[in-house]
Amino acid sequence: MSWIVDNLDLIGELALVHLRLAVPPIVLAFVLSVPIGWVAWRYEWSRGVLLSVIGLIYAIPSLPLFVALPAILGTSRRSELNVIIALTLYGIALMVRSVADGFGGVDRDVRQAATGVGYSGWGRFWQIDLPLAGPVLLAGLRVVAVSTVSLVTVGAVIGVQSLGSLFTDGFQRGIQAEIWAGIIATMLLAFAIDGLLVVAGRLAMPWTRAGAAASATRSDEREEATA
Amino acid sequence: MIEFRGVSKRFDDGTLAVADVDIVIPPHRTTVFVGSSGSGKTTLLRMINRMVDPTSGAVLIDGEDVAGVDPVRLRRGIGYVMQNSGLLPHRKVIDNVATVPLLRGTPKREARAHALELLDTVGLDRSLADRYPGQLSGGQQQRVGVARGLAVDPNILLMDEPFGAVDPIVRAELQQELLRLQRDLGKTVVFVTHDIDEAFLLGDQVIILKTGGEIVQSGSPAEILAHPADDFVSGFVGADRGKRELTVTEVDGRRVVVDADGRPAGVLTP
Amino acid sequence: MNLFADAFAWLLDPANWDGPDGIGVLLLQHLLITFGVVAIACGIGIPLGMIVGHTGRGREVVVALSGGLRALPSLGVLTLVALWLGIGVAGPAVALVVLAVPSVLAGTYSAIESVDRRTVDAARGMGMTERQIILGVETPIGLPTLIGGVRSAVLQVVATATLAAYVGAGGLGGILFLGLKTGDYTLMLAASILVIALALVLDGLFAILQRIVVPAGVRASRSGTTRGRPTRRPATTGSPAPAGSSATEGKHH
Repeated sequence: MSWIVDNLDLIGELALVHLRLAVPPIVLAFVLSVPIGWVAWRYEWSRGVLLSVIGLIYAIPSLPLFVALPAILGTSRRSELNVIIALTLYGIALMVRSVADGFGGVDRDVRQAATGVGYSGWGRFWQIDLPLAGPVLLAGLRVVAVSTVSLVTVGAVIGVQSLGSLFTDGFQRGIQAEIWAGIIATMLLAFAIDGLLVVAGRLAMPWTRAGAAASATRSDEREEATA
Repeated sequence: MIEFRGVSKRFDDGTLAVADVDIVIPPHRTTVFVGSSGSGKTTLLRMINRMVDPTSGAVLIDGEDVAGVDPVRLRRGIGYVMQNSGLLPHRKVIDNVATVPLLRGTPKREARAHALELLDTVGLDRSLADRYPGQLSGGQQQRVGVARGLAVDPNILLMDEPFGAVDPIVRAELQQELLRLQRDLGKTVVFVTHDIDEAFLLGDQVIILKTGGEIVQSGSPAEILAHPADDFVSGFVGADRGKRELTVTEVDGRRVVVDADGRPAGVLTP
Repeated sequence: MNLFADAFAWLLDPANWDGPDGIGVLLLQHLLITFGVVAIACGIGIPLGMIVGHTGRGREVVVALSGGLRALPSLGVLTLVALWLGIGVAGPAVALVVLAVPSVLAGTYSAIESVDRRTVDAARGMGMTERQIILGVETPIGLPTLIGGVRSAVLQVVATATLAAYVGAGGLGGILFLGLKTGDYTLMLAASILVIALALVLDGLFAILQRIVVPAGVRASRSGTTRGRPTRRPATTGSPAPAGSSATEGKHH
């Protein structure tokens, strides 16, 4: 464990680099997924196609994609861009489904009522659809965030620095503590971002807490079917 | 005969579903548990085939405490029909009906032949045998549920709001069908409903329960109508709203029966 | 695009397929590792998932486990286990099993749990034993979701096995890391193309399998009227998509 104490500076430095790689894909994935997911939900014909393409992207292993992107995009082989772009693609692949499900889950009656009281299409999207789909979007975003933070480490084997460098370095020099430090720091970072998202979600959607309380009381009306 | 002796049920979360209940259910008759949700009626029903075990007291079938019987064996000898039919969606109608006989080791050919006969019994066309439950209407599914409940020719048939999820017209049909079946078969039927009219229509004995699992009154429909035990029962059967208070008035020489609000209920024949 | 041209030329050269370090052997190795590991993961995850899904006991543990796995960096697990067990196949195999079990477990658990509780209740009321309920009712109805969990595990292992070549596990990743070491990008790209193709083919096969195993009756009722079917409240928050699908599993390979 003394390795960790001696190298806190290095760990902190790598954590910052790690963040620089992880945050842009998370943000980009979210911003790009909302319109794509909305299209997938709104237009039946696009749904099958979009979800198939997304399924394919999701199936592609990360390391080969990191390696192949320079050949496709002409980026430099050790560029952080390869990792960022690949992780953005994965983020979209995970997120679009959540967005489509989120919009699909908005109560039809609520939407019709909103139209009935005079919301325009655009206003309804921002005031009704997006907030009501919010909890599902948030759940999807949390998955994206945690996965992304974890996947950044894979870049280390092709020379893109991050907390993952602690794995390659620790492995080559035979220092278990270094690998442990990498695992723990990566997971802490993932959970920290996850926690931030949860807090942000509560602030942005205060009604979800009231909703949670309501559903808790609903479960009190026990189904008599308990055996 | 089924007997409840001092039966109570408290669920893990503390709710008292059934409070010290004594009931005698006579054989070859229909007994209906009726009450609003939370009155413990389903819990009582499910104690008979040990889907629920009482916290205290005992349930006896023909004098034998069911607590001493292996639940799986017990259930295979009792017909059970539930709301939404509870059919297995991945098995064809005929295999659903034949499920329990097959579980009991009846040869497949025999079980299927018998299942076909049961489709006749419950008024279903044999051509439906190879359909899946998802391809049937709600009323048809319910009939399959009844056929399945009858498959091992049980003495006891438990019916848990079996007609609760179908539309009123189909429900009336199914109720008549059940009355016909019961005339032919004479099973010991225990029926749960929240609909007092259904209870009076089907029940030889009606047991009215209220929230907290207490029996408020039991007796034949006529007895309950004649002497509602208290205001709760009066309200429940509709006597307080004049729905059950009928008087006779003369219209054009015929005697018309009207309720307390003056709405006609029928004509008296001499 | 001559980078791709070079890579494909290398892939299509029969000379590169033969021999103990040829593509053929490495591909076979990769498949053997993948299916061996997934088979072991199924042996552990399926029975456990059945018990958890059926009884509802331990579901918090399963949810926490599959949630935690998302954050767990597979490269970290690989290198750590390799330091413990030495380089070679054993270490990576153990690591891969550890990484694959949660997918299978979560898929099986949600498969069982997704079955309408009223159907299960009816089955019990008819006198089915718990074992008969699991194997005769819950498993066939939930099978597509269960296969979805296995599918996730396969993808996970195909991908991570590539990474495992870093700690000497062999397989197609070996070509990739050889290219990395010698600065031969053609080799790296060719290996990447192979792994991506392998992943997509396996994913496609499992997608087909998932469709085939939908019970006919379930398919029939799906095309017919859809009724509300209460299940136990889903343990994964948010997305209604079944586990084994990307939405609840997350990407960790």
